[in-house]
This record gives sequence, structure tokens and C-alpha cells, in this order.
Amino acid sequence: MISVGHYLAVSAVLFTLGVLGIFINRKNIIVILMAIELILLAVNINLVAFSAALGDLVGQVFSMFVLTVAAGEAAIGLAILVIYFRGRGTIAVDDANRMKG
Amino acid sequence: MIQVIAFWLFASIVIASATMVILARNPVHSVMWLILAFFNAAGLMLLAGAEFIAMLLVIVYVGAVAVLFLFVVMMLDIDFAELRAGFVRYLPLGALVAIILAAELIVAVAAWSAGKVDLAARAAPVVSDKSNIQQIGELLYTRYIFLFEAAGIVLLVAMIGAIVLTHRQRGGVRVQNISAQNRRRPQDATRLVDPGVGQGMEL
Repeated sequence: MISVGHYLAVSAVLFTLGVLGIFINRKNIIVILMAIELILLAVNINLVAFSAALGDLVGQVFSMFVLTVAAGEAAIGLAILVIYFRGRGTIAVDDANRMKG
Repeated sequence: MIQVIAFWLFASIVIASATMVILARNPVHSVMWLILAFFNAAGLMLLAGAEFIAMLLVIVYVGAVAVLFLFVVMMLDIDFAELRAGFVRYLPLGALVAIILAAELIVAVAAWSAGKVDLAARAAPVVSDKSNIQQIGELLYTRYIFLFEAAGIVLLVAMIGAIVLTHRQRGGVRVQNISAQNRRRPQDATRLVDPGVGQGMEL
């Protein structure tokens, strides 16, 4: 029988893979953005699983808001990536030091 | 029984394709694996009874976000082999962080299943005689209407921000300026002259 624990396990593995993806693809910002999408997907699975387990719909409503923010973040992130590539001709994030932060 | 088989199928494919997303050499392949992961996550959510979120996942993630990624990956001329250079160097640190994170998540799940926190009350209990999308709609347009509008504003700001960031004013292009045309009056543009005979005409 599938319980909420199984869903939590899948979501935990997905979240961990997302964080690992950010670390091992340090230079490629496109894959970093995709890893962030994976992390948000894991969060969504968590919200839906708890919503189903507790019989409470608020989890699914919040999952929709997470989806909204993920879409906006992808759009803005890729726009910044495009103008960065236009100016520098590369997307290596190691030498992204223009703002000297 | 069929649910159990479907769960393990979806769960194993979503994890395998997420692994391929972060390991694939070519980012185009990464996007393809990401699409597969989204489809299977939608399947997982269907099994949990969240039909609306599952369909939203397919429409928003596969239909919009993944296509956006694909456009950007294919339009930029990037040497991806060079970007893979630090892969092995960052692997130990990344694996360490990932193992710590996974251990913490397992401890959290175990602690939760050992004795779950007693939530005071359900905020919006599931009503069995209504469909999932109808219940979500009733919740979304009444109690969470302001959050819903805030989500709309987030999307609007993201859209305008992306357009403003990437819009480029090209030089040497003659564009129509509507407001300048409408502001122009006859007395600014024309002149009435009355030259005498034989004085010629100034042009």
C-alpha cells in the first residue's frame, strides 16, 4: 500500500538531486535553473502528498502558487541569462563578477 | 494493486530522469529529461487525487517552462563542453551537501511518521461529492482571492520584466511615433507667405 511516506521519499530524493545538480553544474547556469525547477517540483509533490493525506485542499492551492512563482522565476532567469550572454558571449557563472559582490 | 504498480513506475522514472537532467552532457537532452520528469510527477499527483495540479503541471511546466528552456538553450551559441570542466572538481562537495540534506530529510520524515504533529483543524476539508477542480475553484475564488490576484501580479511583473530586460532598441530603424504625429498641429508644419512680385520664393 502506498502511504504518504512513499511520496515524501520520492520528493526528498528529487530535492536532493536538485541541490546536487546545482553543485556539480557550477558553470552551466541553464542546468542550474533546471535544477531549481526540480527542487520546486519536489516541493509541489510534498504539498500535494500532504494535501491528500490530511484531506485538506489548501496544500493544492499553495502548490498552484508555487507553480506560478516557478514560472515567473524561469522567465526572469532566462531573460537575465539572454542579456548576460549578449553582453559577454558566454554563460559561465564563475566569472560573473561585474557587480563585484 | 494497479495503483501500487503505477506509483513505483512513476516514482522510478521521475527519479531516473531527474538524475539524467543533472548529468546529461547536452543541455537539450537535459530539457528533454526534465519534460519526462514533469510528466511522471504529474502522474504521481494524479495518483494522489490532485487532478487539477497534475494538469496544471503538464500545461505550465511542459507547455511553457520547458519550451522556454528549449528556446534559450537552442538560441544561445554556447560551448557546452567547456562548461562541463569543473564537473569532477565540484562533485565531492556537492555529494557531501546532498548526503547531509538527504539524511536530514529522512530524519524529518521518520520523526513525522513516529508521531505526527496534531494539527488543530483542517483549513479546507475535502468534500467527497465534489470534483477536485470544483473544490479548488471554490476555495481559490473565495478565501484565497487576494493570494490568487497576487499570483497574477507576480506573473504580470515577470512578463513585463522579461520583456524589458530582453527588449533591444535597434539603431537605424525608422519607427512611427504616434504621439508625435498626433501632437503636430497645422501651424507648426505650414507657413503662409505673401511674397511680392519678382522677389522670388524662399524654399
